[in-house]
Amino acid sequence: MTVGASALMDDAWGRLAFAAALFAVDPLQSGVSLRAAPGPARDAWLALLRDYLPIAAPVTRAPVNIADDRLLGGLDIAATLRAGRPIAETGLLARSHGGVLVLAMAERQSARTAAHIAVALDRGGIALAREGLAARQDARIGVVALDEGQGDDERPPAALLDRLAIHLDLAGARPWAGVPGLIAPSEVAAARALLAKVATPPEAIATLVSVAARFGVDSLRAPLLALRVARAACALRAASIVEEIDLEIAARFVLAPRATCLPAPPQDNASEDNASQDNDKPDNDKPDSDKPEKDARSGSAADTPQNDNHGRNRQTPEDIVVAAACAALPADILARLAGGDVRSGSSPRSGQSGATRVSSRRGRPLGARRGALREGRLSLIDTLRAAAPWQTLRRLERLGAERQALHVHPDDFRITRFRERRETVAIFVVDASGSSAMRRLAEVKGAIEMMLADCYVRRDSVALVIFRGERAEILLPPTRALARARRLLAATPGGGGTPLAHGLDMAATLAESVRRKGMTPLVALLTDGKANIDRTGAPGRARALVDALQAAQRLRLSGCAAIAIDTSPAASGADAPTLKIAEAMKARYLRLPFVDAARLSEAVRAAATAP
Amino acid sequence: MTSLQVNLPRDTARPVSVVPSPPRPTSPATRFDPSAPYPFTAIVGQDDMKLAFLIAAIDPSVGGVLVFGDRGTGKSTAVRALARLLPQLRVVEGCAYNCDPGAPGGMCEACRKTIPGEALKTALRPAPVVDLPLGATEDRVVGALDLERALTRGEKSFEPGLLARANRGFLYIDEANLLEDHLVDLLLDVAASGENVVERDGLSVRHPARFVLIGSGNPEEGELRPQLLDRFGLSVDVKTPTDIATRVEVVRRRDAFEREPARFQRAWAPEEQKLRRRIAAARRRIGEIEAPDAVMEKAAQLCVALGSDGLRGELTLLRAARALAAFESRTSVDDAGLRRVAPFALGHRLRRNPLDEAGSAVRVARAIEETFGA
Repeated sequence: MTVGASALMDDAWGRLAFAAALFAVDPLQSGVSLRAAPGPARDAWLALLRDYLPIAAPVTRAPVNIADDRLLGGLDIAATLRAGRPIAETGLLARSHGGVLVLAMAERQSARTAAHIAVALDRGGIALAREGLAARQDARIGVVALDEGQGDDERPPAALLDRLAIHLDLAGARPWAGVPGLIAPSEVAAARALLAKVATPPEAIATLVSVAARFGVDSLRAPLLALRVARAACALRAASIVEEIDLEIAARFVLAPRATCLPAPPQDNASEDNASQDNDKPDNDKPDSDKPEKDARSGSAADTPQNDNHGRNRQTPEDIVVAAACAALPADILARLAGGDVRSGSSPRSGQSGATRVSSRRGRPLGARRGALREGRLSLIDTLRAAAPWQTLRRLERLGAERQALHVHPDDFRITRFRERRETVAIFVVDASGSSAMRRLAEVKGAIEMMLADCYVRRDSVALVIFRGERAEILLPPTRALARARRLLAATPGGGGTPLAHGLDMAATLAESVRRKGMTPLVALLTDGKANIDRTGAPGRARALVDALQAAQRLRLSGCAAIAIDTSPAASGADAPTLKIAEAMKARYLRLPFVDAARLSEAVRAAATAP
Repeated sequence: MTSLQVNLPRDTARPVSVVPSPPRPTSPATRFDPSAPYPFTAIVGQDDMKLAFLIAAIDPSVGGVLVFGDRGTGKSTAVRALARLLPQLRVVEGCAYNCDPGAPGGMCEACRKTIPGEALKTALRPAPVVDLPLGATEDRVVGALDLERALTRGEKSFEPGLLARANRGFLYIDEANLLEDHLVDLLLDVAASGENVVERDGLSVRHPARFVLIGSGNPEEGELRPQLLDRFGLSVDVKTPTDIATRVEVVRRRDAFEREPARFQRAWAPEEQKLRRRIAAARRRIGEIEAPDAVMEKAAQLCVALGSDGLRGELTLLRAARALAAFESRTSVDDAGLRRVAPFALGHRLRRNPLDEAGSAVRVARAIEETFGA
């Protein structure tokens, strides 16, 4: 079997098949993230997994945007009406108990869905408290997240990825045509039976944790999941003690894909690292309630494996495992890691979309009110509640007529009302041209920071459009990460021409797209008005100003609220170019030197709340 | 449903009583076992978080704990483990709200009515730690018309929600930042007033709901509304430990627990018992802890130095320090205690510049140093 495994690992599909077997040995409360475009290769992998799983294990599929009541369970409307008493419907998570949930388009699942699944993965069950139902249900599941994302931005929610042991990428895999030495389903079943007997030497844990640290993997779930995969690998070998080869496999499938940095070349540094970090710990002088822990920590955990290895050979098992895992890294990831351009685990991007979605699309329910069916969405629970107290009376009244479990009258109908919070997106259009930059860019940045702070309080999103040189660019698409906006802004150098028209055009386009998403755009223009680059990118003051005025009018026609902040130093009165532009876009006009924080934020607020 | 009738005038309906219906038993066949949590004392490191929870367990009036931080740092584990450490409650038997027989003032209506007549039957119950599942609907949280009884028997009765179950215990919201805003508002309102007022479905019910709100979340998944921050008494930031030895120990214990939960719990039972006794003793002692004027002054100075608004910060700071003193078997609050709890009692109350990434921890540390000397 050992020979089989290493032969498998030499082949791309062999590795994928091996990963399927590893997952199938110990699937519950773990998972696989499968990055692949939909197609025969992915189907082949899923079919293989199905073969490896126990026949009795359910394999269910959750569509994208699955509603909470489908996932968790809720009231079975049809059955409730038929029976005349509440009938619960089991959700997908509980129905997947003991089996595997396949999550379609995982990269587009909301943070909420991910959180529900995460609870099931953590606790092996779900607590239901919805629609008059309260129950606990078993939901020990494994998850296969189908990730169809393209770039780095499109990834399954981080809360979910963190709990899925094996991360696979099918990109570039040739069509499935069988693999020599493929593990048979019976071997997987045998390994599953053996799993409980697999013993783990203590240094195996230390090795995995150290390897995880060297790859810059922060989450402590990673080494735990790696440990489980190592045990599965060991069981697949039909062995009973986890050995180095198992750790290598675990590192390849679990730790390497999570890497945020390349491990430093092997050296005798592990102990130094420990020492320095221990000293760094600030809370050494705290009241010591956990003495035994400390002892355990310094005693067994770190020292033993290293001491062992120095005696035996120069390369620690840790190094060997690291080397094996590095071999598993695809070339592009290696390059990225080496270049330091890393999708770090703590990037705020991943979850942001989910958070916004919750607030923008759902709205705050205002409760239900009496209404006709066509007026809106029927609130079933409230309708039933309205009808409930009358059932005895109505039954008596209709005695002799056809038997009907539930008597609902039109005036029982309750319609849900929502108040949607119209989220504001403040689009800052910033002049970073030479004329502006030389004198005032720092001041402008200060003004924007004041406004950003205001946006934070109102929980607005912000976007940054910068224009300088020949064209404008969207420096930051709408986001709630205000700190990031500030960072980007601070790092923006000034210089070049003033393509004001292009900047305004881009703001208008952005404003329209914001509006399409159901949010309210607000444009804040900061410029000295000295446009000198026209729409085509050619220099020329006169043409540039005409173009800018046109672009400003376009903005006005789009009906979006705006303020214009003049950053030019000279007092030029009624013919200040920025004033003209402000008038063209019907923006409130403010002059920077005379604007203090209070007035600025008052202006932004007034514009943001204007109808 | 095809022949729709004109409905009857409402006053022909018979008057209905508003009584709590008994909690519905869940069928044993579909039950996962949440009663075997990872032991609190076996959590490696995370001393701030553990201390904040212990303070809330000793003095629930500190007003809730917010735990924000990295994934997989044992936030949920700690809350669930805490349940096992809380002293049992003496309650009125059969009461859906865990009413305290010793405090008639804070009882629910049903219990209050029975009091003049006979002595109440009491029972011991573990202190509730109620998990508010993400996706819970409002009716389950505050309680609502009991649908089943309404449909089958035409009775209008109130089915208590999660807030009722959490009375005199803890209410835990995981991923508080993902909870819908109106639910969070509602929870904070009830937590502050200690009473749940239900006006819906033609029901008008009020019942005691005094609980310690514990919220946790991961800042990556969306920020908590700034307005909510200072509604929590204490706030702790948790981080993944960085040194290898600690990390190894975390993984080792977690793995041991997952493989043989029963054995792991047995091994930690003595520690758990010890901590349980310590909490119970601290609870008894807390009334006697003194706060010398000099220490009160320091607390005030610290709050002024940090510019924290209102008196809530000072009050929480003192209460937390008092709970800490009780826990450490001291008789009075001292400077060291204040220093220890100040970061989590005040850190989230600063008027924060949202764009200042240095965070409030630094500012608190600086103010502590200025007030107490380095």
